[in-house]
Amino acid sequence: MSQLSERPRQAIVGLPLPHESAALHVTGNALYTDDLVVRTKDALHAWPVQSPHAHARITSLKVKPAYDVPGVVRVLTAEDVPGVNDAGVKHDEPLFPTEVMFHGHAICWVLGETLEAARLGAAAVEVEYESLPSLVTVPEAIAAGSFQGTGRHLNRGDVGTALSQATHVFRGEFEFAGQEHFYLETHVALALVDEAGQIFAQSSTQHPSETQEIIAHVLGVPSHAVTVQCLRMGGGFGGKEMQPHGFAAIAALGATLTGRPVRLRLNRTQDMTMSGKRHGFHSEWEAGFDDDGRLVALDATLTSDGGWSLDLSEPVLARAMCHIDNAYWIPNVRVDGRIAKTNKTSQTAFRGFGGPQGMLVVEEVLGRCAPLLGRDAMDLRRRNLYRPHDTTPYGQPVRHAERLEACWSEVVETGEVERRRMEIEQFNATHPDTKRALAMTPVKFGISFNLTAFNQAGALVHVYKDGSVLINHGGTEMGQGLHTKMLQVAATTLGLPLERVRLAPTRTDKVPNTSATAASSGADLNGAAIKNACEQIRERLARVAGGRLGISPGDVRFSEGVIRGLSFDGEGLRWEDVVNDAYHQRVQLWAAGFYRTEGLHWDPVAMRGEPFKYFAYGVAAAEVEVDGFSGAYTLRRVDIVHDVGDSLSPLIDLGQIEGGFVQGAGWLTLEDLRWDESDGPNRGRLATQAASTYKLPSFSEMPEVFNVSLLEKAHEDGAVYGSKAVGEPPLMLAFSVREALRQAAAAFGPPGTSVVLRSPATPEAVYWALDGARSSGHRAEQLETVELMRSPAGLSGV
Amino acid sequence: MTTTADHRPVALSAPALKVNGEDTAIGEVTVHTTALDWLRDRGLTGAKEGCAEGECGACSVLVARPGIDTSTEWTAVNACLLPVAALDGQEIITSEGLGSPASLHPVQEELAVRGGSQCGFCTPGFVCSMAAEYYRPDRTAPAAEACDHEHGPNGFDIHALSGNLCRCTGYRPIRDAAYALGSPAADDKFAARTLAPPPPPAPTAMEVAGSEFLRPASLDGVLEVLADRADAQVVAGSTDAGVEVNLRGARPALVVAVDRLAELREFEFGADEVRIGAALTLSEIERLLDGRVPLLAQMFPQFASRLIRNGATIGGNLGTGSPIGDTPPALLALDASLVLASRRGERVVPLADYFTEYRQTLKAPDELIRAILVPLPLAPLTAFHKIAKRRFDDISSVAIGYAVEVEDGVIRQARIGLGGVAATPLRARATEEALTGRPWTERTVREAAAVMAAEGTPMDDHRASASYRSAMLGQSLLRFYAEHRAPEGVRA
Repeated sequence: MSQLSERPRQAIVGLPLPHESAALHVTGNALYTDDLVVRTKDALHAWPVQSPHAHARITSLKVKPAYDVPGVVRVLTAEDVPGVNDAGVKHDEPLFPTEVMFHGHAICWVLGETLEAARLGAAAVEVEYESLPSLVTVPEAIAAGSFQGTGRHLNRGDVGTALSQATHVFRGEFEFAGQEHFYLETHVALALVDEAGQIFAQSSTQHPSETQEIIAHVLGVPSHAVTVQCLRMGGGFGGKEMQPHGFAAIAALGATLTGRPVRLRLNRTQDMTMSGKRHGFHSEWEAGFDDDGRLVALDATLTSDGGWSLDLSEPVLARAMCHIDNAYWIPNVRVDGRIAKTNKTSQTAFRGFGGPQGMLVVEEVLGRCAPLLGRDAMDLRRRNLYRPHDTTPYGQPVRHAERLEACWSEVVETGEVERRRMEIEQFNATHPDTKRALAMTPVKFGISFNLTAFNQAGALVHVYKDGSVLINHGGTEMGQGLHTKMLQVAATTLGLPLERVRLAPTRTDKVPNTSATAASSGADLNGAAIKNACEQIRERLARVAGGRLGISPGDVRFSEGVIRGLSFDGEGLRWEDVVNDAYHQRVQLWAAGFYRTEGLHWDPVAMRGEPFKYFAYGVAAAEVEVDGFSGAYTLRRVDIVHDVGDSLSPLIDLGQIEGGFVQGAGWLTLEDLRWDESDGPNRGRLATQAASTYKLPSFSEMPEVFNVSLLEKAHEDGAVYGSKAVGEPPLMLAFSVREALRQAAAAFGPPGTSVVLRSPATPEAVYWALDGARSSGHRAEQLETVELMRSPAGLSGV
Repeated sequence: MTTTADHRPVALSAPALKVNGEDTAIGEVTVHTTALDWLRDRGLTGAKEGCAEGECGACSVLVARPGIDTSTEWTAVNACLLPVAALDGQEIITSEGLGSPASLHPVQEELAVRGGSQCGFCTPGFVCSMAAEYYRPDRTAPAAEACDHEHGPNGFDIHALSGNLCRCTGYRPIRDAAYALGSPAADDKFAARTLAPPPPPAPTAMEVAGSEFLRPASLDGVLEVLADRADAQVVAGSTDAGVEVNLRGARPALVVAVDRLAELREFEFGADEVRIGAALTLSEIERLLDGRVPLLAQMFPQFASRLIRNGATIGGNLGTGSPIGDTPPALLALDASLVLASRRGERVVPLADYFTEYRQTLKAPDELIRAILVPLPLAPLTAFHKIAKRRFDDISSVAIGYAVEVEDGVIRQARIGLGGVAATPLRARATEEALTGRPWTERTVREAAAVMAAEGTPMDDHRASASYRSAMLGQSLLRFYAEHRAPEGVRA
C-alpha cells in the first residue's frame, strides 16, 4: 500500500454522503452562472448572428441596421478584437470568421439592454454570403480527401500474416453517430470589468485556466489580468472542456468595450447548433479468429468526424485507437486513424473521449461475428478477455486484468444470468411477436490524460485561527461530486469532521495553470493535491502538538478533530487549540498542494508507452425486450459490477455509474443527431436542434431493474486513498444494451443470424434489423456488410 | 385598438399573483414574458430554462388549479411556456417556496439524501413535479400486485415525472426518492391549501408596447374579440403558442386566454354522447373519464408528458391543426365531432371533415372550439398505437387509433384514424373498406395491412423514414389483430 493510497482509521473518505450541494439543489438555492445576472446590476445581453450556410465566404457585413433597433448597445465584430481573433488553442477557430464553416456559425454578436433587443438587433444585421461547396458527411470528406490534424498509426505484431493464417476472417464497415452533450445548463458566461480594467468572468467551464488564457489572448492582455470563476456547472460531460472559451471571450470583449457586465447565455438551439459534440466515426475493419474463437488479428481504419476545426479531435482519436481493444487480448493489431474535416460543429470531448468510439468497433466485430462463428456472443467475449501479464497494443501491461474475470463472474452470479438465459429461451419460443435477449459486455478504460503534461494539479488549503478550514482546488464541479470527494479527502487528511471544512468556488486566482476537469481524473489529481497541502499543514501542527503532548511529532495522530499520540490514549488536544497555539508560535497555517502523476510516458508518434496510471474495469449484463411489430423495446434489467478501487464516496460513485450507463445507452439507442445531408437550401443544418427533436433518455429508458455494485477488494495503489476514477468508464457499460438489442433482433430469425444494427439503435433501426432477420432475403445484405472472407467447410453456410 | 369596449375585460386590479405566499405585482413586462423569465427576473432563480419548449421540465412550478377530488390541486406546469400574464390572480409555488436548506420539504429531503441530484440544474423542476404527485389527492397505496417499476408502493405514478429530464443520474435515485415518499403531515400548509377553493380566474387586460393580453370573463367576451380581431391568438395552456414565442420569435399583437372559461370546461358523460369541454386539460379529461373511454385511456399516458398534459387542452390540440397531434387519430376513430362557436352561433362539425390541409381547418378565424363530442356506444375493439423514438414524452412518427366492431366473426364496422402520414390527420378509408364486411381472420387482416401500408403520403424526416412510417401502418394493424384475435369484445 502506497503512502498516497493508505487510509487512516475513521476516514471520512469511503462514507456514502450525498452531494455537498444537495440541499441547495433541491431548494433552488444553488447558483449557476446565469442565476448571477439578476444579482448583477445593468448587465447587457448577447445574441449571435448565425450563418444559414454550411460553407460560405462573407462578402458583406452591415451592422448599422442593428443600431436602429431600440435597446441595441453594441455590435461586436472582428475589428473590435484587440488581441488574437481566435477562440481556441490551435489557432484554427476564428472568433469572428470571414469564412463561415458550418450552418449556425456565429459571425458577430449583438449586445442589448434586453435579450429581446439583442435578438432583434441580430435579426437586423445584414450579411451577404458567397456560398462555397460543403462536406457534410464523413464519406464525403473521405472521398474529397478532406482531413485535418495528424493521422496516427498503431501497430503490434504482424496483422497481415495473422489474417492470412487465421481460420475465420471477416471484414466490415461500420459508421456510427456522435452525441449531443445536452447538459441541462447551456453555455453561459458573465463578464465584468473592474476599476483597473481587469476582467472577472464567471463561466460554466470545465477548464477555467484555458478560458482565462483564451480571454487573455483575445483581449491582448496577460493572464494575470483575467480571473475566471466557475461556481458550478449544470452538467458538462466534456462539452465544457474547450467550447466555453469563445463564448466567455465574447462576454469579456463586450464588457471591455462597454464597461458594463455582459451576459452571454445560449438558448438550447443556439447551443446545439454552435457547440461541438461527441465525434461520430466511420470504421473499416478486418478481423481474424482461430478455431477456439480467439481474436488473433484486428486491422482497422478509424475516421473521426472532426467538424470544421481541430479542437480536441487529435487526443480523442488517440484515445479511440488506444481503446479499440476494449478488454480483449488481440495479439496482432493495426489501426490507422485520421480526422475528417467537415462543415459541421467542431466536435469535442464527450465522456469517454474517443474511448467509447474505439471500443464500439471491437464490440461490433464480436457482435457481428459471434453468430457467423457459430458461437454464443457471451462466450466469445469472455474467452477473449485480457488475462494477467497481457499487454495492450501500445505496450502497457494490463495491471489487474484479473478484475475483468472477477467482475464478469460476479455479474453472472448475482445477475442470475444462466437462469435468466434459460427463461429467455423459453419466452422466445412461445412469443413469435416479442423477443428478449441478454448480453454481457466488459469495460477496460485507461485513466490519465494521454498527454502526460496535463496530469498535474494544485490546491490551496487555509486553516483559520478558529480552526475552520477552507479548501480550494483546480477542479470544477459539474455534478460529478468532485467537491464532495475533495471535502472528504481534506477532512480525512486533517482528521476533522466534515463540517469543519468548507470548499470555495473554483477560481483561477486561487490555483493557477490547472488542467481541465476531464479524463475522469478530477478526484485523482485534485484529491492528491489537496492531500498534499493538508499533509504539509498536518505535519506542522504535529510538531506543535508533539511539543505539548511531549511526544515525537511522528507519533501524533489526527482523528475526529482531536489530536492524540499513537496509542490514542488520553483526552488528547482539541484541533482548534493546537491551531491557536500554532498561530501564536508563528507556524504557517496554509499550504499550496501539488501533485503530478508518477510513472507515465507516452510517445504520440509511435503510439507506444504507458500513458495510463491504471485501468478501470467493469462488466454489465443487460436484458431487453423487443416488439416485433415496431422495433420498440424496453430495458428490463441491468446488472453491473464496476471497479472504482476503494471508493472515496460510494453514493457519488454509484450515481456516476448509473448516470454514465444511461447516458451511454442514450448514445447507442436513442439520441439521433441528424444533419441535412441533402443538396437543398438547408444543407448542413442540424435537423435535430431542440429537445423536441433530439431525444435523451427519460424515465422510460431507465432499466426497470437496475442493480449496481462496486467491486470489492479493489484497492488501487496508485491513486488517492486507494480509489479509482469513475466519471467516464461506466458510460461504456451500455454496449450491453446495444448487443442485447442485436441479439433480440436476431432471435426473430433462424439460429445463427448475424444482424446489421445501425447506431443509434432507435426503434426504427431495431425494426429494420429484426425485419431483416425475419425475412430470408436479408442474408445477402448481411454478406455485403460483413464479408465472410474465409472459413472452413461447414461454416461457410452460416 | 379596435377591441369592442363592451366586452373588453375589466381588470379589477393591477395584474398580480401570489408567489410562495406573497402577493406580487406582475409589473412592467411584455405580454409575451414567460412566467419563467418573470420569476427569474425577480431573483427566484430556482426554476431554470433547459429547453424553452416544455420538454425538459427544469422550469416546473406548482399552480393552484381547480381540483377534481379536492377544491384545489397543486398542478405542475412548465413555466417556460406560460405567459406570466396568464397567471394574473393565481397562486404559484416554486422550489424555493416548498422548503429551505434548513427546513427541507419531504420531497426535497428524499431527493437530497438519496443522491437524486448531481449537477442540480434539473432538480428544482423535479422537486415541483414530484411535489404535485405527492399532493395528488387520489394518490393511495395500491395493491401489491399493482406496483411495478412505474408505480410505487405509495401510489406514486412515475408518469408524473415524464416531462422532466435529468442528464446526470440515470433516474434510479429519483425513482427511489419518489417511491419512498409518505403522505403529507397533518399540519402541511400546502396540503391544507388544497381544501380551500382555487383562485378564481381574473379578468385580465394588459397592454404593453402595442401588444395586448386579454382574459375575458365570459365566452361571449371571447367571441366578441375574435369577431373583431382576425389576428387574435387564442391561448389555453400555451403549450404550443409558448414554443412559437420562445423558439420562433412569434410576438402576436393580441393574445386571448380562454382556458378558465366555464363554458369551455363542461364535461358530461351522457347516454348518447360524451361532451368534453375544449378547455379541459388532457390531465383533467383523463381523470374525469376514469377509463370509461378505453381508447382515450390508452392514449393519455402517451400524450406528451404530465407537465404538458396539465396545461394542454383538448381544444388546443385540435385547434393547431397539426398533423402529428395525438388526439386526432384517437378522436377520428371514435367518430368525434366538434362544437364550433362564434358570435354567429354554434355549429357541429365532424372531426373527419375538420382538417383541410397542413395546419388548416374548417374553423373560421372568428370561431372557437367549444366542445368535443364523442358518440356512444363505443366500438368494442379499440386501440391507440403510437410509434415514436422515446416511450415517454415524444412526438409521434405515426399514431393510429382503432375502433372496430366484430359480430358473428365478421367485421361490421372499422374506423381507423391516422396521424403522421399526411399533411393532416386522416381516416384510413381504404383500409376500413378492406376490413368491413370481411371475416375477422388473419388472412383478412394481412390483406388489409397491405392496404394500410399504402395509406397516406408519409415523409422522410429526422423522426423516421417514409418507409418505416409505411411499414408501421401495416404492422400496427397486425398488432391490433394479435391483441384482439379472440378478445372479449368479439362476439362469436
